Amino acid sequence: MSKEWPLWEVFIRGQHGLNHRHVGSLHAPDAEMAILNARDVYTRRNEGVSIWVVKSVDITASSPSEKGPLFEPSNSKVYRHPTFYDIPEEVGHM
Amino acid sequence: MYAQLVSTDGLKKPEEMTPEERAFQERIDRGEKIEPKEWMPEGYRKTLIRQIGQHAHSEIVGQLPEGNWITRAPTLERKAILLAKVQDEAGHGLYLYCAAETLGVSRDELMELLHKGKMKYSSIFNYPTLTWADMGAVGWLVDGAAIMNQVPLQRTSFGPYSRAMIRICKEESFHQRQGYAIMMKMASGTPAQKAMAQDALNRLWYPSLMMFGPSDKDSVHSAQSMAWKIKMNTNDELRQKFVDQTVPQAEYLGLTVPDPNLKWNEEKGGYDFSEPDWSEFFDVIAGNGPCNKDRLGARVKAWDDGAWFREGLVAHAEKAAARKAPVAAE
Amino acid sequence: MPSLPDMNTPDVAELARGAAAASRATEVPTPDAGQEAFFEALLRIGDSTLILGHRVSEWCGHSPALEEDIALANVALDLIGQTQMWLGLAGEVEGKGRSADDLAYLRDAWDFRNLLIVERPNGDFGHTLMRQFLFDAYHLELLKALAGSSDPRVAEIAVKAAKEVAYHLERSSDLVIRLGDGTDESHRRMQAALEALWPYTGEMFLSDEKDAEAAAAGRIADPASLRPAWERTVRDVLGAATLTIPEGAFAHKGGKRGVHTEHLGYILADMQFLQRAYPGATW
Repeated sequence: MSKEWPLWEVFIRGQHGLNHRHVGSLHAPDAEMAILNARDVYTRRNEGVSIWVVKSVDITASSPSEKGPLFEPSNSKVYRHPTFYDIPEEVGHM
Repeated sequence: MYAQLVSTDGLKKPEEMTPEERAFQERIDRGEKIEPKEWMPEGYRKTLIRQIGQHAHSEIVGQLPEGNWITRAPTLERKAILLAKVQDEAGHGLYLYCAAETLGVSRDELMELLHKGKMKYSSIFNYPTLTWADMGAVGWLVDGAAIMNQVPLQRTSFGPYSRAMIRICKEESFHQRQGYAIMMKMASGTPAQKAMAQDALNRLWYPSLMMFGPSDKDSVHSAQSMAWKIKMNTNDELRQKFVDQTVPQAEYLGLTVPDPNLKWNEEKGGYDFSEPDWSEFFDVIAGNGPCNKDRLGARVKAWDDGAWFREGLVAHAEKAAARKAPVAAE
Repeated sequence: MPSLPDMNTPDVAELARGAAAASRATEVPTPDAGQEAFFEALLRIGDSTLILGHRVSEWCGHSPALEEDIALANVALDLIGQTQMWLGLAGEVEGKGRSADDLAYLRDAWDFRNLLIVERPNGDFGHTLMRQFLFDAYHLELLKALAGSSDPRVAEIAVKAAKEVAYHLERSSDLVIRLGDGTDESHRRMQAALEALWPYTGEMFLSDEKDAEAAAAGRIADPASLRPAWERTVRDVLGAATLTIPEGAFAHKGGKRGVHTEHLGYILADMQFLQRAYPGATW
C-alpha cells in the first residue's frame, strides 16, 4: 500500500462569532490542502467563516484514566454558579 | 441495514465477565459514551470496526446507483439536487471512515478490505436503478429505511460513531424528502410517469425490506451488539416501523405496495406483510446480486486509477516540506 | 435566482444602434440586432458552464479520494447554478418564452455555443484538473470583465459567479502545481494533459462579429481582451508546476458557432434523454 494522506482535525468558527469548534476530520497531503478540503467537506451548508486544521497526531489529549482527579473536584464548587446565591426578587434581575 | 449481518460472539452473562468488562458494561448501561482512548473489550472494538466500516462502505458504494442518473437528470434543478445528495453520501462515508479510524484502523486499510471482498456493504446497492423514478424511490424507500436505523444510532455508545451519526442525520433530512418529492411529481404526472413510479416501487419494495437484515429469530448474534448499544433496535422492530410508516405514504401517492398479504392488523397496531425472499438476500450478500460486480468494479477502478494522483500529492507535500525546512531553521 | 430588472431598459435600443453604427458605420442597424448578438453571447457563456458542469459531475463517486469527490461536486454544483442564471437570462433576452431548462434540454448540438474544451472527455483525473485550470483561469477573467457590464443583470450574475470561480481557480491551480511537481508519473500525466488540451485554449479568445457587437454595446467583454491576464496566470502556474507550455499556436475552433466535436452529441444524448423520451412531462 502506498503512503497514506495523514489525518487532520478540523475546527470551524461559525457565523456568530463563537469559538472555533471541532467538526470532524479528513485526509490531506499537507496543511494547505487540508484547509481546502475542509472548506469543501465541512462548509457545504454555509457553516463557517474561519477554518483551523491540526494534524491528528499533534493533538495531546487528557488521559481517560485521570477523568476522576481531573474533573470531579469541580463538582463540589457549587459557589461558582450563580444559582448558589439567593437574591430577593425585589432587588431585580442580577 | 447499512451494516447487515455484523456478527459478534454470543452475549456474555455478567458472571462470565472480567471485572473490567463488567465495569465497561455498567458504563454503557448508565448511558456513558465510550471514547477511543478508553479501555474497551476487544470484541467491542472489532465489532465496531466491522459495523462502522460496513456503514462507510455502504455510503460510498451507495453513491453509484444514484450517481448513474446525475448526467441524465431531467432538469437543471433536479441535476443539482441529485448531485448534492450523492455528494452528501461521499461526505457521510468520509465521516464514518474517520470514526472507524479512531479505533486503530486506517481508511486505506478499510478500502483495501472492501476491494478484496473481505468487507461488505449493504445489499440494497447491488440493485440497479433503471428509470428516473428510481431516483425518487431510492430517496423515499432506501433513505427512509436508512433513517429508521440511523436516528437511534445517534445514541450509540461509541462517541465518534454517535457524533458522526448526529451530523449525518442532520444532513440526511432532505434526502428522503427530495425522493418523495420526485415520487409525487411522477405519480401525478403523465400515465407513463405514473407507471414508472409504480414499477420503481415494485422493484425496490422487497430489497428495501431486506435492508434491515434477516428476521430476529434467525439473527442470533445481535444480542451482544444490543447490550453494547451499537445496535439499538432489532431487525424486525425496525422493519415493522418502516412498513407502518411507508404504506400510508404509498397510498397518498396512489401507488400499490406489491404485497397481496399487506393488511392492517388492529390487534398489533401495525401492518401484516410478506417477508422478502431471503434466499435472494443471501445470494446478493454472497456476491450474486444484479450489480455486485459492477459496483465493486467501479470502486476498485476509482481507487486504482487514482493511485498516481494520491502519490503525486504526497510527493509534492514532502518536497515542499523539505524546501521549507532550512528556511524555518534560520 | 436573484430577481433581475426588466430587460427593456430604455437605453438598450440606443446602445445597440450606437454600437452597431460605431463598428459598421455604413450599415443601417435593425432595432433587434443587438439583442440577437446579446442572446448569442449569453449562450456562449451558459453553454460552456452547462457542459463543463456536466463533465465534472461525471466524476461523482469515481474520484481518487473522498475529499476530491466532494470538492469536484462543489465545482459542478456552482457551474450548474451559474448555468441556470446565464441561460435564464438568455431566454429572457431572446423573448420567446424559453426557460433555462428549455435551452439546455431541447436544443440540438448545432445550436450549442460552448467552447470545445469543455466537451472534451474527462480523461484521467489529471486531464480533468488541467482542463479545469485552463478554463478557470479564463472564466475568472471573463467574469471580472462582465462585472462591469452595461447590463446590470449580467453584472449581477458575474459578481456572484466570480466568487465561486475564484475558488475553483485557487483549487485547480494548486492541484496542477502539486501534480506537476509531484512524482515522475504525475508530472508526465500533467504534461500530457497540457499538450492534449492546449490547442483548445485559443478558442477562448477568438472574437467574431457577434462578440464584437455585444462588446461594443458594453454588455459582454471582448474575448481577445482577456488573453493577457489569462496568459499571465497560466505562465505562473505552469511554471510553478514545472510544466512546459507547448509551442504550437494552432487553435481548434467552431464551438462558438455550433460546429462541435463528436463528443457533444453523446453528452446531449445522455443529458436530454428524459426530456426527449417523454415530451411535455414535468419532473
